Amino acid sequence: MTSVKNALEARQNKEYVSALTELLFQLADDDFILAFRGSEWLGLAPHIEEDVAFSSITQNMMGHAFMYYQLLEQLGEGTVDELAHERSGKKRKNAIMLEKVNGLGTYLQSPKFDWAFTVVRHYFYDVNKKIKLDCLQDCSYEPLKHAAINIRKEQYYHLVHWETWFKQLVKAGGEAKTRMMVAVEKVWNEFDDVLSLGPRGEVMANYQLIDREDVIRQTFMNTIGDVFENLELGPLPKLKEMKKSGRIGEHTEDLEKALATLTEVYKKEPSSSW
Amino acid sequence: MSPLTKLYGERTEEEKYEYFMERIEAGEKIEADDWMPDEYRMALIKLISMHAISEIMGALPEKEWVPKAPTIHRKLGIMAKVQDEMGHGQLLLRVAEDLMKPYGKTRENIMEDLFSGKLKFHNVFHMEAPTWADAGIIAWLVDGAAIITQTNMLNASYGPYSRALHRICAEEVFHAQHGESIVLALAEGSKQQREMLQDALIRWWPSLLMFFGPKSAATTGSSKQDITIKYKIRTKTNEELRQDFLTKYVPRIRSLGLTIPDETLRYDEENKKWIYKEPDWNEFKKIIKNQGPKSMERLTLRRIAYDNNRWVREALQ
Ligand SMILES: [Fe+2]
Ligand SMILES: [Fe+2]
Repeated sequence: MTSVKNALEARQNKEYVSALTELLFQLADDDFILAFRGSEWLGLAPHIEEDVAFSSITQNMMGHAFMYYQLLEQLGEGTVDELAHERSGKKRKNAIMLEKVNGLGTYLQSPKFDWAFTVVRHYFYDVNKKIKLDCLQDCSYEPLKHAAINIRKEQYYHLVHWETWFKQLVKAGGEAKTRMMVAVEKVWNEFDDVLSLGPRGEVMANYQLIDREDVIRQTFMNTIGDVFENLELGPLPKLKEMKKSGRIGEHTEDLEKALATLTEVYKKEPSSSW
Repeated sequence: MSPLTKLYGERTEEEKYEYFMERIEAGEKIEADDWMPDEYRMALIKLISMHAISEIMGALPEKEWVPKAPTIHRKLGIMAKVQDEMGHGQLLLRVAEDLMKPYGKTRENIMEDLFSGKLKFHNVFHMEAPTWADAGIIAWLVDGAAIITQTNMLNASYGPYSRALHRICAEEVFHAQHGESIVLALAEGSKQQREMLQDALIRWWPSLLMFFGPKSAATTGSSKQDITIKYKIRTKTNEELRQDFLTKYVPRIRSLGLTIPDETLRYDEENKKWIYKEPDWNEFKKIIKNQGPKSMERLTLRRIAYDNNRWVREALQ
């Protein structure tokens, strides 16, 4: 497959452009919704140093979503803010695990957020994100390839950050380890669709947009398997099959509430400039 | 033998004090390990821990709007701003912690004092921020006011505080620009957007006047401005700062077509000062006793987050 230089060229092949947009929506929506969850943590992290660090990760992630939405905008899918704020839940392609609330309460009221869950979810997500970004370095769509090169540079630090937290809290033993193990189980139970490329995964791979899903999955399982072994957490459990998949627009109540919050001001006057 | 040529260790407390004051008068910077009178240390601890905690509590009203900000750009902008404020808090907590060392106190004590009500946070951060326009007004005018008070202390006699303020002020300028940009978009926007903005200004105006504190202790029964001026931690009085604020912002606010909720507000050319309606200082006294509209709610939010993550801090020890 020869490389495709820009949106104009991409649009000459209907099948290509539809697989590409599908992939971009997954990438954008994943980063966007998890960045939203991160933004809810602002001011509530375990200590002030973490608040500062976590916030900069969250900004980076939202910036990554912005870049992917921009590529979609160039493909004629609508403006960045329409894509981020106007699409209903059914149109969102993010994995279900990433939309889940941070814990009990809301960011405004009695926020009893679960730090262990956040660390595990972000860590596993970033392990997989790195694998995908590595694949995208060879993406046939040049604008995506270039975006991925830039994103990967920033993402490296995110992965290190969450890996450090993950190992530290597991190794701390006691209550921390117990909480971490509960969180691992919770994340693992619904992690399958994070690893999924959806029904058009094969077309994406055929057009050399990204590696085949089974290859990505295997790399992920190997990486996490090594981490488990090093921390003496026993063998990696099998991933559970899920009843729903975010990749085909199936979501939970958590997403609906998140969308209501993040579009609250925008929806007052979508046509106005803010 | 003059006191200054005596070996430092042989000096009496009075001589040390005299030498200390000479250094202050000469514009020298006092460092964390230098000898300092208790009154100075106490005033600094009070001032800097209040400043630190106000940065952290000050993040809360705007933080309410972070996930809700209307566009991705605004989401990124306000997140970066709130992150800066947390960073200021972190920087200042370190300065305060160094000063508290001789008393064997740490950051944990500062947090406990906040929760018990012993340590106050700035009056503006007890107020409601019910709309997106409030986030704009806060960043534009509250940060604008903060720039004025903090610039007044840039040359503070205490070196570590002065250096921290230089860093902080540089960032505050971006905050005010971020706020101005939100405000401008609303001012140039639809009727609904302009009304939202006007309402927010009406809501914030008295708090902005109170921001600088009472004119003198006579107004509210206490004021620490005299001690801080004596030790050259600051130079201007509360009222001088408020006048600077009015001079800088009244014309800008009016040029946006906004109405300031004070019919008596005018510049008295003869006396070269602004005449304005005094805010309700009884309200101010209540607010700083944590009886403001959002005092308890914000303190509770901080406490929940603090308690909820205790296990994490324990695991890190
Ligand atoms: Fe600040
Ligand atoms: Fe600020």
